[in-house]
Amino acid sequence: MNWMFYIVAAITLIATVRVITHPNVVYALLYFVVSLLSVALIFYMIGAPFVAALEVIIYAGAILVLFLFVIMMLNFREEHETHWLRKRIWAGPGVLCAALLAVTIAFIAQGPMVSGFYRTIEPSEVGNALFGPYLIAVQLAALLLLSGLVGSSHLRRHERGSLLRKPEGGDSQ
Amino acid sequence: MTQIPLEHGLLLASALFTLGLLGFLVRRNLIIMLVCVEIMLNAAGLAFVMAGAHWGQVDGQIMFIFILTMAAAEVAVGLAIILQFHWRYQSLDVDQASTMKG
Amino acid sequence: MYDLLWLIPALPFVGFLILTLAARSLSQRVAAVIACGTVGVSAVLTLGMIAGFLWNPPADYAHTVTLWQWMPLNSLEIAFNLRIDALSLVMASVITVVGFLIHLYSSEYMQGDEAYTRFFAYLNLFVGFMLILVMADNFALLLLGWEGVGLCSYLLIGFWYQKPENGFAARKAFVVTRIGDVSLLVAVFLIFSELGTLQLSEVLALAPDRWAEGSTTAWVVSLLLLGGAVGKSAQLPLQTWLPDAMAGPTPVSALIHAATMVTAGVYLIARMHGIFELSPSAMTVVALVGTVTLLTAGCAALVQSDIKRVLAYSTISQLGYMFLALGVGAWAGALFHFMTHAWFKALLFLAAGSVIAALHHEQNIHRMGGLRKRLPVLFWTFVAGAACLAALPLVTSGFYSKEKILWDVWISPLGGPWFWSAAILGALITALYSTRLIMLVFFGEAKTEVSHRPGKRSSFVLIVLAVWSLIGGGIEVPHNFGHLTLLSNFLETAIPASVELPPGLDLQLWILLLVASAIVTGGVLATVWLYGSGSPLRQKISDRTSGLQRFWLGGWGFDTAYDRLLVQPIVWLSQINRRDGVDGLCRVAVSLGRTGHFLLSTTQQGRLRRYAIGISAGALALLILMLLQ
Repeated sequence: MNWMFYIVAAITLIATVRVITHPNVVYALLYFVVSLLSVALIFYMIGAPFVAALEVIIYAGAILVLFLFVIMMLNFREEHETHWLRKRIWAGPGVLCAALLAVTIAFIAQGPMVSGFYRTIEPSEVGNALFGPYLIAVQLAALLLLSGLVGSSHLRRHERGSLLRKPEGGDSQ
Repeated sequence: MTQIPLEHGLLLASALFTLGLLGFLVRRNLIIMLVCVEIMLNAAGLAFVMAGAHWGQVDGQIMFIFILTMAAAEVAVGLAIILQFHWRYQSLDVDQASTMKG
Repeated sequence: MYDLLWLIPALPFVGFLILTLAARSLSQRVAAVIACGTVGVSAVLTLGMIAGFLWNPPADYAHTVTLWQWMPLNSLEIAFNLRIDALSLVMASVITVVGFLIHLYSSEYMQGDEAYTRFFAYLNLFVGFMLILVMADNFALLLLGWEGVGLCSYLLIGFWYQKPENGFAARKAFVVTRIGDVSLLVAVFLIFSELGTLQLSEVLALAPDRWAEGSTTAWVVSLLLLGGAVGKSAQLPLQTWLPDAMAGPTPVSALIHAATMVTAGVYLIARMHGIFELSPSAMTVVALVGTVTLLTAGCAALVQSDIKRVLAYSTISQLGYMFLALGVGAWAGALFHFMTHAWFKALLFLAAGSVIAALHHEQNIHRMGGLRKRLPVLFWTFVAGAACLAALPLVTSGFYSKEKILWDVWISPLGGPWFWSAAILGALITALYSTRLIMLVFFGEAKTEVSHRPGKRSSFVLIVLAVWSLIGGGIEVPHNFGHLTLLSNFLETAIPASVELPPGLDLQLWILLLVASAIVTGGVLATVWLYGSGSPLRQKISDRTSGLQRFWLGGWGFDTAYDRLLVQPIVWLSQINRRDGVDGLCRVAVSLGRTGHFLLSTTQQGRLRRYAIGISAGALALLILMLLQ
């Protein structure tokens, strides 16, 4: 069944490429959903059904919906990036990222091939580990979420004189 | 359940990560940039789950869950910043916010 | 009883803290109540201590309270010790009681000032430090108080800091007294290296054993201590700061620059009497400094036209009397004059402050006049103070204290007729300038409108001080009438008795007393006649001596001389030193930093994506490095 993995991986990569190249935000987001769903499929294939479900529910579901909400809230005119996305712009970052990818591949190739010990990990196992040895980390994650909540509710305020001032004369230099 | 070599999974993860980085560097739309950050986080999560599955250990999945949590918090704050940004500049072009320079 | 000792200096500090920390939320009334209250309770406690001390004296007539270990070192332990004996109690009582009265006066005088709370905070801080100074049991603590009062003096002279000349006067006072402070510090180091202790009582006990009488070390230590005292007490040659210190508010001049801080030098020498007694030549230097100061400052006071500067020079001159008394070994005489002087000089300054406030802040005495009828309370209290200053016979406390000093100078082996005649001459000059002040300010025709009358609190304080100035001399009455020595007896428990009285000198004493009284009264009457009768003689004298007057007006040219001899050479030196090699090195460092900053700040472009590129390029470089290893 290995061939299935390679097909799904190819879909993921193509979808992700479309995410970063599509000038329209909404379409880019939809490609991102595809990319996430295929990663979820990979998770399922390698024996991690629980995180596969989380990937679909939280990433593709909640977080992406959040993005769409914001896009709707801003209600901006179709802000196409076509005039920003000229070929020349891709050159520098492309070279940089290609080099990064090459180095990473070199790292992966360096390591010895080891045969794995594959098995399906049940959700109950994940739960036991989370609320066993990782309990403190769970609590810290709760704190993180709380601070994210407070931070975002503070940041989105629109009143004058709030955290960010409207740019006016004499703002900086 | 398929037995995919660890190296191939990690290759996919690094390719995804690099694509995310490329997008972050090239795009000027703040929302897309945030999405690219999500791609990179997702790639890191993929690498964790891959390695966890390879060793048959649960820890990889735990790490993914934490990455997920962090991504959720980060998206919440990031989107709030985007709202504020749009209100200030009437645009999502990140290059307009360039007043903080030396 | 003595358990409460620590409260005496602590209370003013508490007041200072409250006034500083809660400055914005306190109304002026509350601030005044806090300031006066803390000092007032301190005063009551001090008087209670004195009563307890007289009723039931502690062993050795001294009591030490260790509050905490301050600097525990290996061989040396400096504790936060407070010590009371007769000397420190006399000082502390004057500080707290006069301090309280001046606080009370200021609560009215400073009304309407923006920085009312700040003023009282400084004033409380000053009282606290002054109490630390006089109650300290070791040199470290004494220095803490010594520098603390210097700081407060600086802060209060420059209280109205918006005017640059006030700031200049404050800096001048600070720098000039600093010269004396260095001398005191060296003296303390020397004492420590020679005797191995900083405890005052131990120093006094050890000194006679280690140093023979007339030894060079004792001489050097005495002179260095004298240097410190001279700086703080504005004696020659470091007296130039005091007249300029009058830039501060008048209650400050009364409290710090007349009644208390400037007498710290007198206290220091009296406290270190054991060391000075080992070196008679140093004692003579003290007496000489006092004599020359009292004459020069008296002459300068004769011609000043600013009412506060007259009083400032007269303070210097009266402090000269105290130094003369210390120099001839009349310890009790010096302390007695310190007490009476604190009363009447505070009175004079406060009355002068009211006069100034009454006349639209006019300080020139030539533009005053005719205030006798219009401000009767001020007139009578001022006359009482001036009479004490002039030492008018029998009715004033100044007479008794000055008479004691004159008498001690005459009979002391260290004194003699020469010092006595100089002191008498000084007394005559004092009589002349105090009468001149009265005549110019209160008699003659009115030249400035009275705009403001002293309020109830001011008048109360002035009357209390005036009454006490007049009757306060009664605690120490000369041998030939009454022979009352309450103060000497009290002080004898802490410092040696004043000069011993050889028997059979009654006739001499009577003659000296009569001579002194006659000279003083004559001086007063002559001045009254000179200014009151409108005689042409006054104009003639004035014309003949115009050059001398200008010289004295400038305080004997000390300021000019110091400027020429010290300030200008130093300014010149620092100007030619401006661009030397060391400076060049510093400049190179500066320009390097500037260039580096410029290069780095150009990378700060405000472009988020450029930063991201920087981060990923860095990560890439690190990864390549790891790969190559």
